[in-house]
Amino acid sequence: MPDANSLYGPLDPAPDAGWADAPPRMGFFTDTSVCIGCKACEVACKEWNDVPASGLDLLGMSYDNTGALTANSWRHVAFIEQPRPAGHRTPPFAGNPTDGPVSAAAAAVAAGTGNDTGTDPGVPPGDPAAAARMAAGPEFLGMPGAQPPGRGTGAAERTDFRWLMMSNVCKHCTHAACLDVCPTGALFRTEFGTVVVQEDICNGCGYCISACPYGVIDQRKGDGRAWKCTLCYDRLGAGQTPACAQACPTESIMYGELDELRERAAARVATLHERGVPEARLYGHDPDDGVGGDGAFFLLLDEPEVYGLPPDPVVTTRDLPRMWRRAGLAALTMAAAAVAAFVGGSS
Amino acid sequence: MAEAHPVGFQWVMEAKKRGAKVFHVDPRFTRTSALADTYLPIRAGTDIALLGGVVRYILENELDFREYVLAYTNAASIVSERFVDTEDLDGLFSGYQPETASYDQTSWQYEGQERNGGEDTAKERDSAAGLRHESHGMPVPGQPPQDETLQHPRCVYQILKRHFSRYTPEMVERVCGVPKEKFLELARAWTENSGRERTGALVYSVGWTQHSVGVQYIRTGAIIQTLLGNIGRPGGGILALRGHASIQGSTDIPTLFNLLPGYLPMPHHADHVTFDDWVDSISQPGKKGFWGNSRAFAASLLKAYWGDAATPENDFCYGYMPRMTGDHGTYQQVLNMIDGKIKGYFLLGQNPAVGSAHGRAQRLGMANLDWLVVRDLFMIESATFWKNGPEVETGEIVPQECRTEVFFLPAASHVEKEGTFTQTQRLLQWREKALDPPGDARSELWFFYHLGRRLREKLAGSTHPRDRALLDLAWDYPTHGPLVEPSAEAVLREINGYDTVTNRPLAGFTEARDDGSTAIGCWIYSGVYADDVNQAARRRSRHEQDWVAAEWGWAWPANRRTLYNRASADPQGRPWSERKKYVWWDPEAGEWTGYDVPDFEKTKPPTYRPPDGASGPEAIAGDDPFIMQSDGKAWLYVPSGVLDGPMPTHYEPAESPLRNPMYGQQANPTRKVYPHPVNRINPSPPEAHSGVFPYVFTVSRLTEHHTAGGMSRNVRPLAELQPEMFVEVSPELAAEVGLSHLGWAHMVSGRAVIEAKVLVTDRLTPLRVDGRIIHQLWLPYHFGSEGLVTGDSANDLFGITLDPNVLIQESKVGTCDVRPGRRPTGPALLDMVADYQRRAGLTVEHRTPLATTDAAGERGEDA
Amino acid sequence: MGLRTFIQGWPVYRQLTGTDPLGRGAAAQSARSAELTARTETADSMARSVCPYCAVGCGQKVYVSDGRVTQIEGDPDSPISRGRLCPKGSASKSLVTSPLRQTTVRYRRPYATEWEDLDLDTALDMIADRVLAAREETWEDVDDEGRPLNRTLGISSLGGATLDNEENYLIKKLFTAMGALQIENQARI
Repeated sequence: MPDANSLYGPLDPAPDAGWADAPPRMGFFTDTSVCIGCKACEVACKEWNDVPASGLDLLGMSYDNTGALTANSWRHVAFIEQPRPAGHRTPPFAGNPTDGPVSAAAAAVAAGTGNDTGTDPGVPPGDPAAAARMAAGPEFLGMPGAQPPGRGTGAAERTDFRWLMMSNVCKHCTHAACLDVCPTGALFRTEFGTVVVQEDICNGCGYCISACPYGVIDQRKGDGRAWKCTLCYDRLGAGQTPACAQACPTESIMYGELDELRERAAARVATLHERGVPEARLYGHDPDDGVGGDGAFFLLLDEPEVYGLPPDPVVTTRDLPRMWRRAGLAALTMAAAAVAAFVGGSS
Repeated sequence: MAEAHPVGFQWVMEAKKRGAKVFHVDPRFTRTSALADTYLPIRAGTDIALLGGVVRYILENELDFREYVLAYTNAASIVSERFVDTEDLDGLFSGYQPETASYDQTSWQYEGQERNGGEDTAKERDSAAGLRHESHGMPVPGQPPQDETLQHPRCVYQILKRHFSRYTPEMVERVCGVPKEKFLELARAWTENSGRERTGALVYSVGWTQHSVGVQYIRTGAIIQTLLGNIGRPGGGILALRGHASIQGSTDIPTLFNLLPGYLPMPHHADHVTFDDWVDSISQPGKKGFWGNSRAFAASLLKAYWGDAATPENDFCYGYMPRMTGDHGTYQQVLNMIDGKIKGYFLLGQNPAVGSAHGRAQRLGMANLDWLVVRDLFMIESATFWKNGPEVETGEIVPQECRTEVFFLPAASHVEKEGTFTQTQRLLQWREKALDPPGDARSELWFFYHLGRRLREKLAGSTHPRDRALLDLAWDYPTHGPLVEPSAEAVLREINGYDTVTNRPLAGFTEARDDGSTAIGCWIYSGVYADDVNQAARRRSRHEQDWVAAEWGWAWPANRRTLYNRASADPQGRPWSERKKYVWWDPEAGEWTGYDVPDFEKTKPPTYRPPDGASGPEAIAGDDPFIMQSDGKAWLYVPSGVLDGPMPTHYEPAESPLRNPMYGQQANPTRKVYPHPVNRINPSPPEAHSGVFPYVFTVSRLTEHHTAGGMSRNVRPLAELQPEMFVEVSPELAAEVGLSHLGWAHMVSGRAVIEAKVLVTDRLTPLRVDGRIIHQLWLPYHFGSEGLVTGDSANDLFGITLDPNVLIQESKVGTCDVRPGRRPTGPALLDMVADYQRRAGLTVEHRTPLATTDAAGERGEDA
Repeated sequence: MGLRTFIQGWPVYRQLTGTDPLGRGAAAQSARSAELTARTETADSMARSVCPYCAVGCGQKVYVSDGRVTQIEGDPDSPISRGRLCPKGSASKSLVTSPLRQTTVRYRRPYATEWEDLDLDTALDMIADRVLAAREETWEDVDDEGRPLNRTLGISSLGGATLDNEENYLIKKLFTAMGALQIENQARI
């Protein structure tokens, strides 16, 4: 029976996966407070990894026309327009003759848009009410178009505004359920502690898709296989930086040894708190969280849900050892019963 | 900046990390605003009012960097008593001539120099003469009277103060829609972060240049930065972020009608009949400054053009030069195409059907040519207007009746040829060739070299005098490889210049001679091939040199990275402060030194004073840092050289829903207009019917696309990031017009109607302007009918009105109407535009009045 | 491959005998994964270039293998860009390898409704003829006071901001010698 810790709790995953003399664990720290939403990461990733097209639809989700992480989009920049205060010294629209905010309404309409990404499940159809909550505005009740956005919300004039941008990516969990459930060994833990789908092994069974607590993994239509961020495994082997981090103009995406990145992240949060940005917080950095900490973690400026991230992800295989114990017990009981029956029968 | 120049923006983030405050002024909240400390929404086309407010704030509170201003600017110079300001002429300056809509500038001169400014400024406008000043100011004769106390009522400082006294915070709010408190926050931060110990930088882009008063926008920025001592110093400056890989290079080595390489003017038929006329008009013998050497630059250029045929005896073949007679700019050309005056047109990596103002005029012009050559990577809209253009749908262009013969020639990409780009800070960087171009694709170097070769072959033996210029041309470049590609390095070497006897490449433009012993293709680039080494190809890693990185590429002039860097030291040559030291005088060594190449004569000490009667460079004193200005000073007030006024003044855009709140003069009285049936300009007050087009629109770029879209709409990973044409509107405008998020809207101007998907967003806001609510909408201008993603072109909405100094069009602001739903198609579309024209009174005879104040008739006492 | 190697390469064998009993790491690594390396490491050549989009002038490294561009990425040595690229610069490989790129000459006859093919050499010759004809037809020797004009206003050109300095230099030189004044580029726009 494996050490329960291999499936839950703090762990250095590469040695645990049999990499003797593993190099330090490598990962991403994405600081959304300096992200300019340029999407260089999305493009650089596609160029390096030859990721196919992911559809040509105007989604209306602010400047996000990618929609989600899919088999054909391994980096995804989320844009959130919020009528909330940001680091601006003066609210952006203070003194302008504005009416109620529209962000929530627009997000709700946008949530109804779909995008054929050539993948499955691709961009999941959104829930307008959830979208409205996500944008942290007033609840949107009307049908799109039935009520002009910005009217009848009862809100006072909008003065505060902020535009959040965040480049999302596979989290390369310490405890990666996708990997644990993969029956073919297509998903594996690299010597750098990252999680990679091996395209020569994957048979498209799709078990990993439902196992991922972040909804990251997705299958490519026609091809059937699962595809996701490899943290540029080929580049890492050559001592290079992953394509997205190398391109990122403002160092929002930082690549490096995970321990060092965690220190850098803690310092950055402290700086932001000093500079009057109390909402800055880390996400996925904690080795004690439900996935044992992420290899790709983030500095966020709002609740994770606002960015479409689960607030408290838990590795879906956390209960596997307990289940195994129970299953084992049941099997033993059955075996005992069978033996008893046999013994009984023979007596 | 984060939107259009994301990688440049890393330096703003770097500054922010070190405590810099970032202010962003834009009609819409962009990705730059998201990262700025303070965002100011502004009404498009009112930046002079905002900046003028800052000038007033500085002067009223005496917050200028006084030592710098006194020593390095013309603040103390006394102006002629004949000068009358806009304050007294309702928005006009003295000397306005309604017949030509231009100024007689004699009254603008310094005291005692009134004979100086009598140029025909209407003629200067037609030849965009202002562009010449990209590298230098106009000449001034001798030293004007000074008042170092800055108290004389006619000294530049006091004139400036009076001129901008009207630009109060309240007026800024009234004109720009920027709330007063926010304006004051900007003015305070700017002044507090400038001076001896601190510097502030100003960054602009085509949001400033593409206006009918564009040059004056930048002038206002320059006045602020000069008053605050932010020019020629590290962390300061006015940074123009240009949008094409070598647009700076194509201005320095101009593919422009009015310029020759190095900002030498293209000869004018009346002013430059002889070589001496031409050269003297540049160097102005007896006057001060570095242009005193221009005879050598001019002779060396002609020597590079005509080689052995060019001799001192024949004025270096000056007689071969074509002459300008007026405005030969791109918009005049397009109207001439419509009128059938132009036979053939080359398009070289440019897509005017989408990228230029008034797309319909562009396409109708191309449909009326004999032939068109398009050289591009992709099948762009300008190549397929006869097949897929919007006018085919409306029936205005019928393929079977369109006679234009079109040649599409595929071009080599940037990795398939070698050569230099000059980027936005004047840095030349050599690109190595990675591989050969595919199929028939060729470089422009190949195309024009071989075209020239063929033209010369076809003309061989011609006895026509007109063919001599081609036959005598120095056109023997070495070629290599199976494609017979000309050598780009050989061309760069010619640009650098060489000794015509020894063939040695010149070390710099100081070696230029006027006796035929030097040939220089572009004098300001001289030094790029110094020591027979391609200096632009230098690639010493940033890790192996200091932060100025002088060994990466090569910057003109003379590899200087910051222009006018003598101003980073005080008049005695000492750094203004330890924190901001950059270039200084080393008394022991007896020379200027520092991190950068000093932008000053290396051994001219700070104490140097020119002898009486000195001219040329000798006349520049040791404490005059602005050496390309004829008096070595930065000009707060410009006595000549800027055609629409010696100081910036707020004028409304050519199309505005508002009467100018500041003066009776509505818009720039000297703007270049083109009355033409195709070019109907929407009415603005005081004209009637401006309400037909009640909304203000502006256009710009998205991070995900590039200009007219050829290089992004055909590139899959970019096309999918912004897959459709859209218009951004505020929730308030959406409510007023009845637009819904992701629904359709169509926009109508006096020229066109286009449609777009609607994004309702809090990032746009209505503004309260002069007691009214003004709505603005924003459109990306990248879309057209070809490529992976298509859509209507925003630039179709614009008419053609130009800045008088440089003939750049006003395509950052216009007026329109907005309606929900899709636009009509086919002939019904034309009916809709015609109906709007009828309602707005835009008949063929309609002319927009240029002078809208009675003061125009008074014309100042001197006139 | 011998039987022994084959068995030793079998993941289950590696899982049972190695340090990775759960078969999630070293034991699960496929032969392809083990041999992966960055294609930039094995490229035939690398050219140091500059981004073709805006005027910031970011450094690019262009990798070529088997006569094809296989990667374009930022040049970390550049003091301007420090190895970074925006989405457009990052898309440079797709730009130069785009299947939509035109690689042959296309010709549209007057009044035609479709394109046709044309040989490059013929095209160049036809263009040269047309330039000379337009010049002949619209040439102006002198103005009405007899001062020289030496020009044609029958030919126009637009473009240059995306081209190399050397190219702009030849264009300006040739057009000036042809007497064709009307050259413009994006700098006017």
